[in-house]
Amino acid sequence: MSPVRTGFVHLALMAYTVIAIFPVFLTVINSFKDRNAIFRSPLQVPLPSTFSLIGYQTVLGQADFIHYFQNSFIVTVAAIVLVLLFGAMAAFALSEYRFRGNALMGLYMAIGIMIPIRLGTVAILQGMVATGLVNTLTALILVYTAQGIPLAIFILSEFMRGVSDDLKNAGRIDGLSEYAIFFRLVLPLVRPAMATVAVFTMIPIWNDLWFPLILAPSEATKTVTLGSQIFIGQFVTNWNAVLAALSLAILPILVLYVIFARQLIRGITAGAVK
Amino acid sequence: MGSLQLKSIRKAFGDHEVLKGIDLEVNDGEFVIFVGPSGCGKSTLLRVIAGLEDATSGSVRIDGAEVINTPPAKRGIAMVFQSYALYPHLTVKDNMGLGLKQAGTDKAQIEARVAKASGMLSLDPYLARRPAELSGGQRQRVAIGRAIVREPKLFLFDEPLSNLDAALRVQTRLEIAGLHRRLKATMIYVTHDQVEAMTLADKIVVLNAGAVEQIGSPMDLYNKPANLFVAGFIGSPQMNFISSERLPELAQTGVKTIGIRPEHIALSRESGEWKSKVINAEHLGADTILYLETEVTGLLTVRLFGEHRYTADDIVFATPDRTSLHRFDANDRAML
Repeated sequence: MSPVRTGFVHLALMAYTVIAIFPVFLTVINSFKDRNAIFRSPLQVPLPSTFSLIGYQTVLGQADFIHYFQNSFIVTVAAIVLVLLFGAMAAFALSEYRFRGNALMGLYMAIGIMIPIRLGTVAILQGMVATGLVNTLTALILVYTAQGIPLAIFILSEFMRGVSDDLKNAGRIDGLSEYAIFFRLVLPLVRPAMATVAVFTMIPIWNDLWFPLILAPSEATKTVTLGSQIFIGQFVTNWNAVLAALSLAILPILVLYVIFARQLIRGITAGAVK
Repeated sequence: MGSLQLKSIRKAFGDHEVLKGIDLEVNDGEFVIFVGPSGCGKSTLLRVIAGLEDATSGSVRIDGAEVINTPPAKRGIAMVFQSYALYPHLTVKDNMGLGLKQAGTDKAQIEARVAKASGMLSLDPYLARRPAELSGGQRQRVAIGRAIVREPKLFLFDEPLSNLDAALRVQTRLEIAGLHRRLKATMIYVTHDQVEAMTLADKIVVLNAGAVEQIGSPMDLYNKPANLFVAGFIGSPQMNFISSERLPELAQTGVKTIGIRPEHIALSRESGEWKSKVINAEHLGADTILYLETEVTGLLTVRLFGEHRYTADDIVFATPDRTSLHRFDANDRAML
């Protein structure tokens, strides 16, 4: 590629990066400013005269906030684990075994990608009330697992079709059970795809406000996004605290992302280059 | 220890019948090769024997015992795959030992058998490596080692040499032949390469479109092909087929096609039966392969032994060896 073309490509990529990162950048810089500075010059980085940690003090002073983080973390991690486990198992069944209705079953699972789970909110709430799961983390974990599984099956079954049949058959001849073939031969080979699914699954869960608000709004089960809402009032909003809470909320998901990132890049480019 | 009987094996995927009733007897210690073009069902048949694919109907007996409902691991077989199919996360040693470990064999015996197999295949320096650190030829030797370690009644090979380059293919072919002599084990081998079939087999099974065309020793198939398909499939370059209408003097009643192997045609610059023009000449050193356009028979392939100085556009005369003709009737069956 000519240097000019490369230059244009980089320009486009940088423009996109700026657009994508700008809101995050704005949130983070403003979280370190005092209230007046946020409104007077929202685009300015914190200066010694405007620097303030009041937002963080408010958030961390609220004793429950650590607890909210813990709730978010438990829900996200548990849901990812369940989505990966059940998604991978279903994907294996769909890609590996020929049975009546295989294609229909695959389609049925994929419908979940197209129909937003929020359409079923009322029914889900009724179900949770009936089973006594309202205001528990279990309720959230179950809903998020259901929400994440369709995409997981869709992505993982494609990858599992790519795993050599010969390898699985060699395992069968060596006397490995179907479970051993799944856990010991197939899963390690689709690890990059698993990381991709994990990232795509965890971000919407972590950011979700809807289901925590409806299914688990109690003090004991509040998640970070829901917890931040206490600073947003009908008439007065504590912007320092809101921005600080959001900045803090980025951290754990960033850590999880870095853990998966190395695998993720291999997953996204798999098949593109041999 | 290791005989095999197949009785009217059928296999259908939906409406598509891949195997149309295969009967076969394999005796203890035989090296049997399934050969045929792609899609003829040879790999499916091997998978049915291995138990990786369920037959729609029919019976598979190993050492006289019906195994159609026995899982692959309990059939006393070992299989070598085209893609090697080594476990990527295990070392060479663990790859070879896994089958025995699953079967609950004690450690000392696994060690001994792995050591024996790795010695046989000169794999000793690589035992601690993982498959990714091995070359293609070494990987295939590990796959063969994994089969040997199991001490199976039947060895199954599914196109084991197809992924290797030409030089390595010849070398590995020799190793497999040597292995068969040493182990005296029953081996069933699938290939689409008739050279492999001719060089390795005690008995060749030629398959086409899900049915057996002919079973016999390599020389039987070469000298007495039962039909047009086998005649065309075995032997390289391919046999020349000439419609009997073009050669009324060689045809008897009922003959539709006459077959002449390229090596059974003599060539001369001065005189002969069929005047021809050389279209292309391939000089291979030991052989010279000529493609001729003849007036009487159309396109003709001729194989001469040794070096000959023919070039394209030369005018030559071809004469068939009348004692080596093959005659086929209207149903493509060989006539005696």
